[in-house]
Amino acid sequence: MSKPKLGIYWCASCGGCEETVVDLAEDILGVVEKVDIVLWPVAMDFKYEDLRAMEDKSIFATLLNGAIRSTEQEEMAHLLRRKSQYLIAYGSCAVTGGIPGLANQFPREQILKYVYEETPSTVNEKKTRPQLKFVESGREVHLPELWNVVRSLDQVVDVDFYVPGCPPTPNITREAVNALLSGKLPPKGSVLCPDKALCDECARKDSKPTNVAFVEFKRPHQQLLDPTKCFLAQGVVCMGPATRSGCGAQCTSGNMPCTGCFGGTSRVRDQGAKILSSLCANIEAKDEAGINKALEGIPDPVGTFYRYGLAKSLLRRRVNLPA
Amino acid sequence: MNSNREELRIGFYVCHCGHNIAATVDCAEVARYVGTLPHVALSREYKYMCSDPGQELIQQDIREHKLNRVVVASCSPLLHEHTFRGATEAGGLNPFYFHMVNIREHNSWVHTDRKEATEKAKALAQAAIERVAHHKALEVKRVKIHADVLVVGGGIAGIHAAMTMANAGKKVYLVEREPTIGGHMAKFDKTFPTLDCAACILTPKMSEVGNHPNITLWTYSEVTKVDGYVGNYKVTVKHKPRYIVEDACVGCMECIDACVYKTPKFEDEFNEGLGKRKPVFIPFPQATPQVVIIDPETCLNLKTGKCKKTCVEACADRMAIDFTQKETFDEIEVGTMIVATGFKTFDAKRVPAYGYGIYPNVYTALEVERLVNASGPTGGEVITRDGRHPKSIGIIHCVGSRDKKTNVWCSRVCCMYSMKLALLLKEHTGAEIYNFYIDIRTPGKGYEEFYNKLLDEGVHFIRGRVGEVTDWAMTPEEEGKLTIRVEDTLAGYVRRIPVDMVVLATGLEPQQDAQDVRRLFNLSCGGEGWFLERHPKLAPVSTFTDGIFIAGGCQGPRDIPDTVAQAGAAAAECLALIDKGYVEQEPNTAFVLAEECSGCKSCIPLCPYTAITFDESSKVAVINEALCKGCGTCVASCPSGSIVQNLFEDDEVFSEIKGVLAYD
Repeated sequence: MSKPKLGIYWCASCGGCEETVVDLAEDILGVVEKVDIVLWPVAMDFKYEDLRAMEDKSIFATLLNGAIRSTEQEEMAHLLRRKSQYLIAYGSCAVTGGIPGLANQFPREQILKYVYEETPSTVNEKKTRPQLKFVESGREVHLPELWNVVRSLDQVVDVDFYVPGCPPTPNITREAVNALLSGKLPPKGSVLCPDKALCDECARKDSKPTNVAFVEFKRPHQQLLDPTKCFLAQGVVCMGPATRSGCGAQCTSGNMPCTGCFGGTSRVRDQGAKILSSLCANIEAKDEAGINKALEGIPDPVGTFYRYGLAKSLLRRRVNLPA
Repeated sequence: MNSNREELRIGFYVCHCGHNIAATVDCAEVARYVGTLPHVALSREYKYMCSDPGQELIQQDIREHKLNRVVVASCSPLLHEHTFRGATEAGGLNPFYFHMVNIREHNSWVHTDRKEATEKAKALAQAAIERVAHHKALEVKRVKIHADVLVVGGGIAGIHAAMTMANAGKKVYLVEREPTIGGHMAKFDKTFPTLDCAACILTPKMSEVGNHPNITLWTYSEVTKVDGYVGNYKVTVKHKPRYIVEDACVGCMECIDACVYKTPKFEDEFNEGLGKRKPVFIPFPQATPQVVIIDPETCLNLKTGKCKKTCVEACADRMAIDFTQKETFDEIEVGTMIVATGFKTFDAKRVPAYGYGIYPNVYTALEVERLVNASGPTGGEVITRDGRHPKSIGIIHCVGSRDKKTNVWCSRVCCMYSMKLALLLKEHTGAEIYNFYIDIRTPGKGYEEFYNKLLDEGVHFIRGRVGEVTDWAMTPEEEGKLTIRVEDTLAGYVRRIPVDMVVLATGLEPQQDAQDVRRLFNLSCGGEGWFLERHPKLAPVSTFTDGIFIAGGCQGPRDIPDTVAQAGAAAAECLALIDKGYVEQEPNTAFVLAEECSGCKSCIPLCPYTAITFDESSKVAVINEALCKGCGTCVASCPSGSIVQNLFEDDEVFSEIKGVLAYD
């Protein structure tokens, strides 16, 4: 009797999600015992051709991390969709676009120019850019093309389940894999994670006053943080109220505010808009000058409120970007 | 019944509203288009959907065509949502399976291009068709109404409203911030056009109020806080210290005689400063309640602590004087309220060209009311500030009215009271009276006849806005007089008319603190500051806050007959609510998904109706449905989407947006 086949693949991501799989530590052995890992480029060798040769739906489940922003990633997303019974968007980038999704604020040319010419560590006198085609000794080499827009996995292919987090924590990863293997699955499209906001499991919850009335906002490095008091009560933006729990409140336990990587609850269509309407409505000042003063403490609103979710939000991208 | 599971069968109706809609929107085309949309079982146009046959059509179609959703494209939901929900219910459906599209106020009335307007109507209709699919059956809840009523303001409006309701057996609280009720009317001498003595018709009503077993009269008191909702308001009333124990004072006024100030020395507010009073005084002889008051600004004992307190001696064992009085508060529960806080008169100093405050013989109309009054500061003798009996008097109309520099509105009462004063002054002095007017406005029963009478009496009318009042004489006849310079627009030249006395017909303005009062009672104001009625024609005494009504001069300038009529109307509205016994509560309230709420408390301080509390045992937010007004603030702000509002669920709102955006 052959074991179910598992694929792990990465697209536009940092590798952190792969790290989580390794972070399962001894538990990974339990997983490996139960499945055959047929695809895991970060750890094992394989060829695209092998994948193409496999029968459709022959992979039981694929955990795909990373956003989709190049032709190669799109092609692999489609291929893995075809080959897998279950395609799981794994980690914030695959679920909602993640950090790479913040690129949707800028035109592609601006991004390429910065990365290949302007970053302080770049030396590129000839201003060489990656080419789609390159002929060397009579052999033609191809590179994937970067899209104008970063997309979440489900904006490209049909997705069965979502495991959020930047990266997903080992415990929710373990539970997701166990759910898949045991067949005890929620309805298709579910996020395999609790659906209450983080405050529910945050140890600081009781310290939040009823009326926080923000006068100013501080970033974590700008003041000493009380390790027990609600961050919002300290004037520090915490995405907790607008973010799914399930991570075990690791950041707030480590004296850092939640940055929202688990995304909004199933009842929310735009996590950033939700936390914005909540925070803004609770700003004490009612006049424009006072409001502006409070907002000075948030120099990068998109990066603060849409850090992981811009690509999948109602905003999606800068309005004048080509699709 | 959950129709979501059955096949959707939507009935769509587009209303012509006579020509109101049909002239600008091609209704047949809208009906045709909507008929092509998925789930639309039938699509009709009709001349007047709100008519009985129109409503019958809906009911019949629900039965015959097994409709389970109804959409009507017509006027504002404010006008007829209730009507069509009723028709939907009469047809056998839950009324909330109905949705309304406004293609009149939002479309035909504001557009001229028929093609574009028709396209817009189609887009709006498509949005409603998309939305109504997500509607759910909802239940209207009933909330009991507290039978007691609060009337704020003890002028003629408040008095009449309070009496009407008290006579109907309701318990009424009447709160007045001055030491006596009576308001402006108590200061008037006679009333136009019948020339009834104001006091003769008002003061019996005042004392009736004071003695009525169903009326709790609180003068020298103010409302400081209003909580709750229609049927169940909690109101805090502050009683300012009058340094008199009201229950102990019998109104003998012996303390006034005994005061260490032997003669009245201080400006008398009731007489517009034309007379004097003592620190302990009663505003006027028929003041209600018949209780004196001590002014802490002028009372020697209250100011310095050094006084022989002869007043206390005079009061003797009645012991009604209490210098230690402090503010006290009462909290009352009422079901309905009438705000009748009145108006103020225009400050004539704002038009310096007319010389008020500069020339002693320039008076405001209200001052003249006191001057001609038998119980006024001069006992009814018209004698100017410099001691003369005027031989000629000029009355300038529209001071602070119909003027872009001050107030643009017509104050409605000034023409009539100017003519009344003209007649009274003529009777009292025999002087020549000149009225300077822009237009004479006499729309009222017997008003034009009154004007004609004045013309017969030989009162002069000069048409033109007065340029200035000056004491700079240019001819010997002008020496020692005030000269009114005016362009006589009928004669066609500039005239100079010397007079001994000038009367300024000052207009009516919102009270100084109208904005504070507005906020306190959650009323709306027009740009000018008058309290806004819910509908100028069909709900003239209702406000946008259920259970709170307005009457009298706080809503806009009006005369006594209109004020009394309006006060009666407001009382009737209160009685109608009270006798019904309950209010039906729109089910568009918000509720917390207790299973999902993370207890972040973001919503709690935002609720304008303090309807949300934090349940310490379950650690989640809880909304009191009876207090919720369905404003949606908490719904929008809940960061985890755990507050839902009936009729405004995300699916409903987003599908509506999708419907309008998908149309092209």
